[in-house]
Amino acid sequence: MSDQVQPEKLPVTVLTGYLGAGKTTLLNRILSEPHGKKYAVIVNEFGEIGIDNDLVVGADEEVFEMNNGCICCTVRGDLIRIIEGLMRRKGKFDAIIVETTGLADPAPVAQTFFVDENVGKRTKLDAVVTVADAKWLKDRLKDAPEAKNQIAFADVILVNKTDLVSDAELREVEARIRGINPYARLHRTQRSQIALDEILGRNAFDLDRILDIEPEFLHADDHDHHHDHDHGHGHGHGHDHHHHHGGLKHYHDEDMQSLSINTDKPLNHEKFFPWIQGLVAEDGPKILRCKGILNFKDDPDRFVFQGVHMILDGDHQRPWKDGEKRDSRLVFIGRDLPEEKIRKGFESTIA
Amino acid sequence: MSDSLNTAPNTPSVVERTRAVPAGAPVVGVHFIGSTAAFVLGEEALLLVEGKSEPRRVAVHEGGILSSACDGTWVVSGGDDGKVFVTGESGETRPVATDAKRRWIDHVAAGPDGAVAWSAGKSAYVMPGKGDPKTVEVPSTVGGLAFAPKGLRLAIAHYNGVSLWFPNAQAAPEFLEWKGSHHHVAFSPDGKFLVTSMQEPALHGWRVVDAKHMRMSGYSARVRSFGWTAGGKWLATSGSEQLVLWPFQGKDGPMGKQPRMYAAFAVRATVVACHPKQEVVAVGFADGTVLLVRIDDGAEVLGKKPGDAPVSALGWDGGGTLLAWGTESGEAGVIDLG
Repeated sequence: MSDQVQPEKLPVTVLTGYLGAGKTTLLNRILSEPHGKKYAVIVNEFGEIGIDNDLVVGADEEVFEMNNGCICCTVRGDLIRIIEGLMRRKGKFDAIIVETTGLADPAPVAQTFFVDENVGKRTKLDAVVTVADAKWLKDRLKDAPEAKNQIAFADVILVNKTDLVSDAELREVEARIRGINPYARLHRTQRSQIALDEILGRNAFDLDRILDIEPEFLHADDHDHHHDHDHGHGHGHGHDHHHHHGGLKHYHDEDMQSLSINTDKPLNHEKFFPWIQGLVAEDGPKILRCKGILNFKDDPDRFVFQGVHMILDGDHQRPWKDGEKRDSRLVFIGRDLPEEKIRKGFESTIA
Repeated sequence: MSDSLNTAPNTPSVVERTRAVPAGAPVVGVHFIGSTAAFVLGEEALLLVEGKSEPRRVAVHEGGILSSACDGTWVVSGGDDGKVFVTGESGETRPVATDAKRRWIDHVAAGPDGAVAWSAGKSAYVMPGKGDPKTVEVPSTVGGLAFAPKGLRLAIAHYNGVSLWFPNAQAAPEFLEWKGSHHHVAFSPDGKFLVTSMQEPALHGWRVVDAKHMRMSGYSARVRSFGWTAGGKWLATSGSEQLVLWPFQGKDGPMGKQPRMYAAFAVRATVVACHPKQEVVAVGFADGTVLLVRIDDGAEVLGKKPGDAPVSALGWDGGGTLLAWGTESGEAGVIDLG
């Protein structure tokens, strides 16, 4: 289909968050503030949005399994239908926001944008934004796997209701979040108050963000310590463990890990693609998200890719700029990630 | 883009018999009422075109038009304004229903004796030509609707299969199961077979009498358009870089048989429309080309040259002398083959 003109893709923001975290408050703000943009909003509970807007669409959050042999490949059929319908009104709005229910797993939503060709051709996932309740998230991470998935999936996390917790509690919940997902951008908010450009139009399923990962990790909070994710601890992994560094905490989540790899040596694309495809085919159920910026040998372009479970999507992004550091970075977030296997496999793709 | 990119330079052409219609908006469907072509636009309106007279724009919905169907007399349309309308040849239009919760009307179908069906979410409705409306709930959102050729019976596609519903009977709908998400649904002209297009690039079929399965796969994309040829011998389908025809001559349908393939192309077929009397299929492609293909020998006639957008609608009049087409970018035309 290369001979067709590619229309500009509409950005889609996925809004997640456990029950009561402040999603609806945020949505109402997005719909009512004078920001000069129009959003089509796909909500799961019609009545909760107190705003009459013909671009607010109710969804039934219907997930089904694709018959494509991919065991974790579930998609939201209702989203496919609604986005096709919204395309009738193309030009009437600038972006789409998808609200998920508090108990939803974000994977089927994200996968929908990769699996359905028509949806993928017309829209792009801009960011997964998760609203977290500063007071209750810590408890939900213990008893609600959905809450943990929502943190793991996020590109942007609002730590909301900070007025209801002490500084120490806030630092604690942020450390818990970082233990699961060190790559997301964190914002502290009250009543979901945030400049909308911090959450919309991020292009944050954001591959460029990967380049900022380490600084973000180091500076997300003035007091957070960088901690090397070296699994040479003398601990078992069946429980949470934290390290005291001068009274500050750093957590490892008991079952959710993240992993970042980088190299300034160019990669061999003939080795890289079979490796990554094999990896997600085998370990996809464990990998919630992966993203990468890749520097291939003899390729003037940056190659970017992202994945959800067993689905990968990638493309040449733009030429490397003069003077830009040409390196490759990959990040993985998942459960029981086979870290050594991933590191060794990646190293074998260096040209 | 060169005109001869996909079709042989010596392909016969009927392009010069086209009356161009400035639709001005994406065309999402086209139907004929007598000799009047009714182009369904993506938003709000139908465009009625008869002979050489000036096109008439009829405002119907307040918003996007999500689906349309026609019984030869009325065009039924459903919109994101939660309304179902019927519109006639002279542009007269009347509401059939308004969803109480203003849900989108995702699908409509036109049935025997003026019956109209529509769906919103998991609910399917039938308004018979005479009598009261009937409704049924299915397990998940309706993906497509089709009336059986005889009797008042509605096929309702949804997740994991199709429900077959007799609106006038008390009994719960019969369920034809097949895992996955089913969209467009249609009966064969004799009512013996039922076929759905799936989210995967495949069709699924059942023999209605015993629910025996038929799998039709091998497509490069979702099959968004399919239909039976006059007489019901072939099922013509889009979704591949050619016209794919499944044989339905035998009692087992296409099982154990290979499809026939014509009009090999560089881009995908996006829409098909079977001639109402002869074994001829009009095929619209992603580059804007329209070809007429004769099944007997695979002979091709060019109906429209490539343009700037995929063909999104094709339809024949009842006599088979007029073929209307429309594209995603709002080009449209009527070819007079008479």
